[in-house]
Amino acid sequence: MKLRNDREHQQIATNELLRDDSKFASGKIAFFQYLMVAIFLFLITGFWDLQVRNPALYQERAMENSIKAIPVLAPRGKILDRDGRVIVDNHSSFTLYLSRENLKMEHLRPIAEGLNLDYDALVARVRRFKSRGEPQYHPIPIKEELTPAELAFVDSHKDENTFPELEVIHTQHRLYPRDGLAAHVIGYVGEVSESDLNTPEFARFHQGDIVGKDGIEREYNDVLTGTDGQRRVEVDSFGNERRVLSEDKESIPGRSLQLTIDLDLQAVAELTLENRRGAVVALDPRNGEVLAMVSRPAFDPNLFASRIRSKDWNDLVNNPAHPLMNRAIQAQQAPGSTFKPIMLLAGLETGAIDDSFHVNCPGGANFYGRFFKCWGKHGTVGIHEALVHSCDTFFYNVANRMDIDDIARYAEMVGYGHKTGIDLPHEAEGVVPSRKWKIRNFREKWYPGENISVGIGQGATTVTPLQMASAIGGIAVGGMWFQPHLIRDSVHLMPARRAEVNLDNIRKVKSGMYGVVNEGGTGVRAHIPGIDVCGKTGSAQLVSNDAIRAGFKQGKDMKDNAWFVGFAPCDAPEIVVATLFENGEHGQLAAPIVRDVIKAYFDKKARLAQPVPQIAALPPQILRPPAPVATPAVATATAGANP
Amino acid sequence: MAAYRSLRDLDWLMLFLVAALCGLGVLQIFSATYDTHYADAWWKQVIWIAAGFIAMWVATLIDYHTLLGQTPVLYILSVVTLIATYALGMSAFGSRRWIGTTSYHLQVSEFVKIVIVLLVARYVTELKTDQLQLSDLLKLGGLVGLPMVLVMLQPDLGTALTFLPALMAGVFLAGFRWQYAVAFFAIVAVVAPASYFFVLKDYQKARLISFIDPSQDPKGSGYQVIQSKIAVGSGALWGQGVTKGTQTQGRFLPVPHKDFIFSAFAEEHGFVGVIVALGMYFLLLMQIVENGQTAPDRAGMYVCLGIAAVLLFHVLVNVGMVVGRMPVTGIPLPLMSSGGSNIVAVFVMLGLVNNVRLRRFVN
Repeated sequence: MKLRNDREHQQIATNELLRDDSKFASGKIAFFQYLMVAIFLFLITGFWDLQVRNPALYQERAMENSIKAIPVLAPRGKILDRDGRVIVDNHSSFTLYLSRENLKMEHLRPIAEGLNLDYDALVARVRRFKSRGEPQYHPIPIKEELTPAELAFVDSHKDENTFPELEVIHTQHRLYPRDGLAAHVIGYVGEVSESDLNTPEFARFHQGDIVGKDGIEREYNDVLTGTDGQRRVEVDSFGNERRVLSEDKESIPGRSLQLTIDLDLQAVAELTLENRRGAVVALDPRNGEVLAMVSRPAFDPNLFASRIRSKDWNDLVNNPAHPLMNRAIQAQQAPGSTFKPIMLLAGLETGAIDDSFHVNCPGGANFYGRFFKCWGKHGTVGIHEALVHSCDTFFYNVANRMDIDDIARYAEMVGYGHKTGIDLPHEAEGVVPSRKWKIRNFREKWYPGENISVGIGQGATTVTPLQMASAIGGIAVGGMWFQPHLIRDSVHLMPARRAEVNLDNIRKVKSGMYGVVNEGGTGVRAHIPGIDVCGKTGSAQLVSNDAIRAGFKQGKDMKDNAWFVGFAPCDAPEIVVATLFENGEHGQLAAPIVRDVIKAYFDKKARLAQPVPQIAALPPQILRPPAPVATPAVATATAGANP
Repeated sequence: MAAYRSLRDLDWLMLFLVAALCGLGVLQIFSATYDTHYADAWWKQVIWIAAGFIAMWVATLIDYHTLLGQTPVLYILSVVTLIATYALGMSAFGSRRWIGTTSYHLQVSEFVKIVIVLLVARYVTELKTDQLQLSDLLKLGGLVGLPMVLVMLQPDLGTALTFLPALMAGVFLAGFRWQYAVAFFAIVAVVAPASYFFVLKDYQKARLISFIDPSQDPKGSGYQVIQSKIAVGSGALWGQGVTKGTQTQGRFLPVPHKDFIFSAFAEEHGFVGVIVALGMYFLLLMQIVENGQTAPDRAGMYVCLGIAAVLLFHVLVNVGMVVGRMPVTGIPLPLMSSGGSNIVAVFVMLGLVNNVRLRRFVN
C-alpha cells in the first residue's frame, strides 16, 4: 500500500497529499446509491400517476387542447324567377366567431376596439349566448363581411397568447337585387331572435343562426336553409389547422326555389309604379301563379344580409310610409268602384236585377232620407253603361234591392274577407261586412241604409290588392279561383274553387269591363291597340263626404286611393293585374300602370314566339373587319404619298 | 503510461447507454421539430454528439491527476470568463448565458460545472483530517459560491443550482460534523424565505408559485407545467407514436426539443418508453458510481461521485419538472436535450469518469 502510494505521488508531483484509500467512503456511496433509487422511484411514480393511473383524463384534456369543431355553414338555396334567372344569390365572405371554449371576458374590450364593435353590445351578446345554454362548441358570430383590414387584425391576434378565441369562418351571404327589386316578395334574412327561438317554427335553429325573417325567405325557410356541417380539425397552440380529422358532418346546401315571378314583368311593374306609394299584383288567373308583386316604398334587403345596424332598422321602422309593409298583401283599403263588377254579378245572380234594369242618374239619389251623391250625371243607364261609366246611382239601387248577407256571400265567393292563402307570411284578410260581422264587431244590428255605400265598394269593405287581382281574375276565367302562389310546382295548393254562377252573367260583367277600357269608359288609359284589355277603375274615399262637408281638413294622406284592376285578353284571360295607388285621387291614374304590365306580358310573349336570329348567319365582315381597315397607319401613309 | 490504457478497459456499458440515450434524444428532437423552423436541430445535435465523443476521448486521455493539478488555473479562468460573460455577453432568451458571436454559442456555465467538480474533488482530497473543519467548509463554500453567484447574476438560477450537488457530494463523502448540517439547514430556513423576497426575480417567483399551484396561472408559468402534464398523461402506457403526439406536434408543449424533451418523449413513447429511458439513466448513473467505487484513489472517487451527483440532479430536476414534481428551472436533460454546450460538457464529464476507470489498475 505504502509503496504504491509513493509511486503514485511521483506521478503527481504537485499533489503529495492525494490519498488512495478510495474505499473509506463505501458506506456513504451505498447511501448515495439508495438515494438514487429513491429519486428514480419518485420520478417513476410521477409518470405512473399521469400515464397509467388516469391517462384518460389527460388524453381528454389533450383533445380539448387541440381538437376544434368548426361549423361548416351550408349556403342558403338560391331564389330563381320563373325562367330560372337568379334573383337572390349568395356571395362568399368571412365571418368572425368567438370560440367559447377559450373565451375570456377581459379580451372583449381590445377585440371590440380592434374591430370597431360596440363593447357593451358585444358583452351583452356573449352573455345572451351563455344564458341560453347553447353547447360550448357552438361559437358566437360577432362580425360578418370582414374587410381585409379586419382580417389582418384577426390574423395577427388569434394566436395562443393574444386572443385564441378569435376564429374566422368562411360563410355565404345573401346577395339581393339592388334598389329593392321584389324586396317584399323575397323578404330578407337575419339572425334568429330570442323570441323566435321559442316558437316551433324556429325550433331547429340555434342562437346566431341566420334565418328567413320575412317574405319567401321566411315562408320557405326550411327549404332554403341547408344543414350545417361540422369539421373536426386538429389545431396547434397558435390556432392554425394542422389536419382535418374527419368530415364527420358534411354540410348540405339549401335547395333552390323557383318562383312564379317573371323578372321582366316585375321590373316593368316596379318601374311604372315609380316612387308612388302603392302596390301592383299580376296573376295568371288560369292557375294562380303570381307573375309580379310590387309594393312601394321598398327597402334594401341587403341591409339585413349581415346583421342590420340599429340605425338602419330604426329608419325603416319609423318611416311613416312603412317601407317594410308589403302593401300587395297587407294594405286593406276600400275597393271603391272596383267592387261594382262583383255587385253586378251578385245582383244578376240573386235576381235582384235583370238585363232590363235601368236607373236614371241625375247625379245621385235619396235613400232612407239621405242623399247619396254620384260622381257624375249619367242619365238613364242599364247594366252595361253602369259599369262602363261607373255610375254610383245605379249601384246604390242594386245594393238597395239586395240583402247585405247576399252581397257578403258573393264578396266572399270571389275571395274577399279571408286570406287568399298565398305563400307569404302576414297576409291580411280584409273586411266583408255582413249582419254577423256587425253583431260580432259592434254588437249592433245591420241597418238596411248601410247597404247603399257597400254597393259602391265603400263602407266597411276593405280588400288587399292581391285579393282584388285574384277576385277579378277568377270572374274573368268564368268563376274559378285558384290559390295565388309564388312557387312553381307547388304541391301544397288548395284545389281551385269553382262557383256555381251563370256564365251568361259573367259574360255581361266582362262585357262591361271591356267597355270601361275600350268604349270610352273610365279606364280608357288602359287601352292597348290589338289587345282586348278589360278593367275597372276605383277611387276609394278615405273620408266620407259627410266629414268633408263637416269641414274635415283634406291633407295629402286623405286623398282618395286610386285602384285599377284589369285583365287580358277578354275572352281567354292570361293575366290579371291589380294596382293600388295610395292617395292617387282617381283610378284613371292607376290604369296606365296596369296597361304597361299587361303590354309587357304580351310583348314578351310575342318576342318568344319569334324565331331567334342566328348569329352564324351574319356576314363574316361584321364579326371580323377586313385587314386594310385594321391598319390605319398604312392607310395614312398611302394617302400621304398620293395627294 | 499507455501500457495500461487499452480500449478494452473503457466502460463499454456506459458508452452503450450514452449512445442509446443520445439516439433517443436525436429521435425525439427530430420528432418534435421536423415541421417547425427548428427542423435542422436533430442533425445539429448529431454533430454535437460527434464533437462530444471527441471531447470525451480527449478528457479520457489527459490524466485526471494532471487536471486536478491544474484546477486553480481552470478555476481562475472560469471566474474571469463568467465575469466577462456577464460584462459583454450577449443576451439570448433574456439572459446572458451565452458567449460567442456565431450561431454556435458557448454556454460557459456548463463547463464551469466540470471545474467545480474538479475543484471540490481536489479540495476534499487534500484534507489532512477525516472530517471537514468549519474553516474548510466556509472556504470551499466560498470557492463554489463565487461562480454560483456569477451564474445567478446572468441570471441563470437553474445552472447555478447544479453547482450545489457537486459541492454537497464532496462535503458529504469527505465527512463533516452533523452539527454543521443542522446549522446549515437552519441558515437555509432563514435565508430561503428572505431571498424569495429580496433576491429572486419576478419570473422566478412566478415559477415557484406556479410549481406549488399551476392552476393559479394557467396561461403563464403554470401553462408549461399543465401542458407538460397533459402531454405526459396523454402518452398513457404505450405512447402516441413518433411524430404523433398532439401536445408536442401542436406546439402546446414549450420547447419540446430542449427543456421539455422528456415530456415530448413521454407523450410519444408512453410509460413503457419512460421506464426504458429512466432505466438507462439509472444504469448509467450506477455505472458512474461503480467507477467511483473502483477508483484507484480518493481523487478519482470524488470526481466520479461529483459527476454522478451533478447528473442525478439534472435528471431529478428536469424529469421532475416534466411531471410537475419540481419547479420549472430551465435546466436541460443530459444527453437528450438539444443544445451543444450541455452535450459537450456532459461528454467531458463522462470522459473524466472513463479517465478514472482506465487508471484503476495501477500496477
